[in-house]
Amino acid sequence: MSMNIEVRLVGLGSGLLLGAGLMLAGMTRPEKVLAFLDVAGEWDPSLAFAMAGAIGVFAIAAFAARARLRPLWAEAFQWPEAALVDAPLVLGSALFGIGWGIVGYCPGPAIVSVGAGSIPAAWFTVAMGVGMVAYRLSRR
Amino acid sequence: MVDFTPVPALCGGLLIGAGASLLLLGIGRIAGVCGIVGSLLDAPRSPDAGWRTAFIVGLAFSGLVGFALAPASVTNVANSPPALVGAGLLVGYGARLANGCTSGHAVCGIGRGSTRSIVATCTFMLTAGVTVFLVRHVVGR
Repeated sequence: MSMNIEVRLVGLGSGLLLGAGLMLAGMTRPEKVLAFLDVAGEWDPSLAFAMAGAIGVFAIAAFAARARLRPLWAEAFQWPEAALVDAPLVLGSALFGIGWGIVGYCPGPAIVSVGAGSIPAAWFTVAMGVGMVAYRLSRR
Repeated sequence: MVDFTPVPALCGGLLIGAGASLLLLGIGRIAGVCGIVGSLLDAPRSPDAGWRTAFIVGLAFSGLVGFALAPASVTNVANSPPALVGAGLLVGYGARLANGCTSGHAVCGIGRGSTRSIVATCTFMLTAGVTVFLVRHVVGR
């Protein structure tokens, strides 16, 4: 139980860093996200730099993690186990992309924007939660 | 005019990577926002509910502080509530079905070399791009 507070602080710190990064990158400006996706229009490739930076840093961390027996404040690394490319992966990603393309919000930036007091982001985020619960209910 | 900002975008990306790395090396978890939110909604009494809640509080708090320091960094979309709700439903349902979203697949998944995540990222980039094309250049012209 003594690890409990450390585990929560890691969660908090991770959320803070991620949120700050999303804001600095421009992901909390839906028009910038849509300009990144609008290859046929006035394309703004900025967010490709954000993706490259994030993937690069995380790749180093993942490499370091594989060389360790356990994380700093938990018993074991919990790597995703699924390995097969299947229909739910492709269908779910396709639906996700359509929603992302309609308004320019994905889950992280939407929650950051709610914190900033955005009413449109609150509409989106509540509906996103309903969509997540709907998925769980559909699995029963 | 294209608002091309590669330096802040790259710096933001490095911070995003640092946040995801902290969660992995600290407690061994993947920083997928939809996985964290979805798991919290599915199992609010799980032993993991504490750090998951703290993570979401951290995201929202960064928005609160960031907006106070730099109001231009958060903008509102012009979409109507029905469009926002429709998009939110698609994003929430789709991300859970695909077991990951932008942070989980495009950052963490690709960063650790997962084939599933590369396929997921290519798929949602494609459908998002097609959706923007249809909305802006076919319907909206």
